[in-house]
Amino acid sequence: MDLVFGKMLDNLIIIGAILFCLGIYTVITRRNAVGILMGVELMLNSANLNFVAFSKFRWGMPDGQVFVIFVIILAAAEAAVALAIILSIFHNFGDIDVDTKDLLKE
Amino acid sequence: MLGIDFLGSQFWPLLILLCPLAAFVVQIFIGRFLPRKGDWVSLAAIGISLLISVACFAQVLIKKDPHFTAGFPSYQWLTAGMFTIKMGILFDNITAIMLVVVTLVSFLVHLYSVGYMHGDIRYSRFFAYLSLFSFSMIGLVLSNNLLSLYIFWELVGVSSYLLIGFWFEKVSAANACKKAFVTNRVGDFGFFLGILLIIFFLGKTEYGEVFNALKMSRPVDFTEGWLTFAGVCLFMGAVGKSAQFPLHVWLPDAMEGPTPVSALIHAATMVAAGVYMVTRLYPVFTPDALLVIAYVGGFTAIFAATIALVQNDIKRVLAYSTVSQLGYMVMGLGVGGYVAGFYHLWTHAFFKALLFLCSGSVIHALHSQDLRDMGGLWKKMPITFVAMTIGTLAISGFPPYFVSGFYSKDGILGATLALVMERPQHFVLAIFGFLGAAFTAFYMFRLIYMTFTGHPRDEHKYEHAHESPWTMTVPLMVLAVLSICSAGFFSGSEWFGDYVQKPESAVVMAHVPAGAHEAVAGSEAVHEGGHSTEHAAHQYAVILSILIVFISITLATLTYYHKFKKISAEKIAERLKPVYNLLYNKYYIDEIYEKFIIRPVVRFTKLCSRFDSGVIDGAVNGTAKATVFAAFATGQHDLKVIDGAVNGVAQTVIAAGKGAGMMQTGRIKNYFAWAVGGMVCILGLIYLLLLRR
Amino acid sequence: MTAGQILFNVVFYFFALLTILSASVVAFSRNILHSAFALLFTFWGVAGLYIFSDAQFLAAAQVLIYVGGILVLILFAIMLTHRNPREDSGQESNQSSSVILASGITVLVYIALLAVYLPVNWSGKAASYGTMTTEMLGTALTRNYLIPFEAVSMLLLAALLGAAYLARRK
Repeated sequence: MDLVFGKMLDNLIIIGAILFCLGIYTVITRRNAVGILMGVELMLNSANLNFVAFSKFRWGMPDGQVFVIFVIILAAAEAAVALAIILSIFHNFGDIDVDTKDLLKE
Repeated sequence: MLGIDFLGSQFWPLLILLCPLAAFVVQIFIGRFLPRKGDWVSLAAIGISLLISVACFAQVLIKKDPHFTAGFPSYQWLTAGMFTIKMGILFDNITAIMLVVVTLVSFLVHLYSVGYMHGDIRYSRFFAYLSLFSFSMIGLVLSNNLLSLYIFWELVGVSSYLLIGFWFEKVSAANACKKAFVTNRVGDFGFFLGILLIIFFLGKTEYGEVFNALKMSRPVDFTEGWLTFAGVCLFMGAVGKSAQFPLHVWLPDAMEGPTPVSALIHAATMVAAGVYMVTRLYPVFTPDALLVIAYVGGFTAIFAATIALVQNDIKRVLAYSTVSQLGYMVMGLGVGGYVAGFYHLWTHAFFKALLFLCSGSVIHALHSQDLRDMGGLWKKMPITFVAMTIGTLAISGFPPYFVSGFYSKDGILGATLALVMERPQHFVLAIFGFLGAAFTAFYMFRLIYMTFTGHPRDEHKYEHAHESPWTMTVPLMVLAVLSICSAGFFSGSEWFGDYVQKPESAVVMAHVPAGAHEAVAGSEAVHEGGHSTEHAAHQYAVILSILIVFISITLATLTYYHKFKKISAEKIAERLKPVYNLLYNKYYIDEIYEKFIIRPVVRFTKLCSRFDSGVIDGAVNGTAKATVFAAFATGQHDLKVIDGAVNGVAQTVIAAGKGAGMMQTGRIKNYFAWAVGGMVCILGLIYLLLLRR
Repeated sequence: MTAGQILFNVVFYFFALLTILSASVVAFSRNILHSAFALLFTFWGVAGLYIFSDAQFLAAAQVLIYVGGILVLILFAIMLTHRNPREDSGQESNQSSSVILASGITVLVYIALLAVYLPVNWSGKAASYGTMTTEMLGTALTRNYLIPFEAVSMLLLAALLGAAYLARRK
């Protein structure tokens, strides 16, 4: 099956690139820690899309999909820990605005 | 019939099935908002089903072919590897007969409930449940394979649970429905095991395919022992659903539900499902399994009849009578009286529903279920009285040749006697059968005498008693007429044999025990002009049972009819105190279960829970504590040893870092921006060094 | 073009657009709750694109884990940390300087990514392998990648304990 605009691999990779950039934009502009977490999820998804696309249209091997499984697992772990950290920050500071948190400077 | 071939396509049977389902859906969601709370929806749905069923039945009657089967295709539902599950409709004579029983009783009970449940707060819900029950029961009858049979079997159980617990505010009703469900579960476990055994060995679920596979290509490892075991497992389902000993305990308690429900579910249709299942799967049962069935049925028949002798709650008497009659059917099937057993199901459905609805009418009038509050009601409630008398004559097997119970019960007794004459070591079965018949006549006449004759024992309640409204009396009259003429309009049981014939056993025995298969008995043998033993047995059975019934009725009359009172029931009870107590307390079966099954199980559960909270949680907590301690030790080591070293290094790094610290804002976003910048740089390098040509 | 091809194109670009548009909402919406719900559609869209790459199992896992698990966690985080979502809607940084900076970086990254991807001839040996099945995936996961697989399970345990430890009230 052919697509109207170019090859399937190109389409998927460009979608992945756009997703990645939107993720970066989200991470940079958001002040809310949860928003940043969402940006990270976008970037992880774009990476997954690349893995899957290359594994199918470049190598024809399922190894890329295995990586995606690992990424999904890590994303789940990351989300859980991030939520815990965010809650902890919230308990300690009363808000989760990351622009005002600069304890790392000390 | 109307120029339509009702059996030509699956449309009509499906319509019978789906009408009540549609009514259920409508009722459960918008029933409350409809005029008259939507009772007419359910009534119309079951009415349509009834009309089509009767039309189908009439066409089957006209065909008069004992081997008639409408050839409907079955559809593939699921495939798992080599194993395929098909769904479809099986429509033969047995189906047609059962459909008429189910839809007719169901329709009459719907009609009766309009009067009986009038003003109940969950009026529309009640009709929704009734429709659900009708749907599942019709589905059970129509299904053509073991799995859909099982599905509908469970659905029937669920709707029965809902209806028993309909007045769930009453603690007793809530307990009763739980008890019914759990007890049925025990039986269903066996049933499912049986189904799984058949699927495991044969890989088929459709009845016909199973029988064929058994007959033609039975696997070598599916030995007769296994087959007997599978048969007994399947029969366990019937033990649960048809309330056979030892799982009969739920049925008397189920009388906590509204009386129409008792009539519909716990007398005429659902409890007959077990018997129907045995009828359907008859070829699967080996002679040994059939013997087990016969003994369980026979024992239940006499066991429940003795309990019914002394109960004082009108519905409980009827409940135990139902258990006992179901025992008769099961015994009839077990001893080889296939036609007689199924025939008893057909007649029993009508007269037992009649009896229950009559008792409901009495309860409705008196607001009491205790026989000791009643008496002399025949003047107040003449229609109920006449109807109940007809029902009583029918169930007692009263000989004049127009009451239905006589033929069917006689068929069963004849079959039993034939088996006993063939194989005298099973003489106990005959004793069970005939004694049970005697007790049946006795307790039913006791019921009639105590309820309707003599002087009112409770004047106050008697004053307020009145005949029930027409929606309640019309079903009584219809059922009374049917109780008389369901036996084939005065023609005896022969007509039934034209439509139902004992299927050949699918079990090919390696060595046939003497007389096992020849023990075909009862009405069939007469019908086919079978050999003389059975014929003689049938003759003896008729004479003996007439004799027994007359003696028994005479005794009951002498004891309970107010004008005679020659025999004092109280004195006998006094003299036989231990026996009386044993019967009155239903052989202490409930107490035995409580003590030997429920309590040990509860104790075991508590033990498990304690093990869980003590040992397992303890282990987990212990691990946690150990971890915390290890962490603490590590932490100390960290603080004292490592930190010392690190701090030294850090001091120097801080000094160096102060210079670079200008770009360290401490905000993660800035770090991130730098990281992205780094990434862009790397990508740029790759592009410049590797890709640009 | 046959009807099948047209349908194929329509479905593919539907998922592509769904992914990109909802991701834009995630990035540009002021309201954090809107972002979270848009993220749901992004995950769905990506799951759809997985199907086009013969990764049916991953599509299902994506829906289950991202939509069912991670997104719910994110929503929990939002609910637990926002005293009043509407009040905060204006809180996101809207200084033009920050937005311009972010846009600049983003465009730079996009150009860099395409610059690395486009010049290469990626036509691979994919065609010779035919379709990929979940069975192949499972085989790979339990043969070649068994040790990472086990390691990841340990990691999950650690993350579980760590999250529970961090989130407890002190």
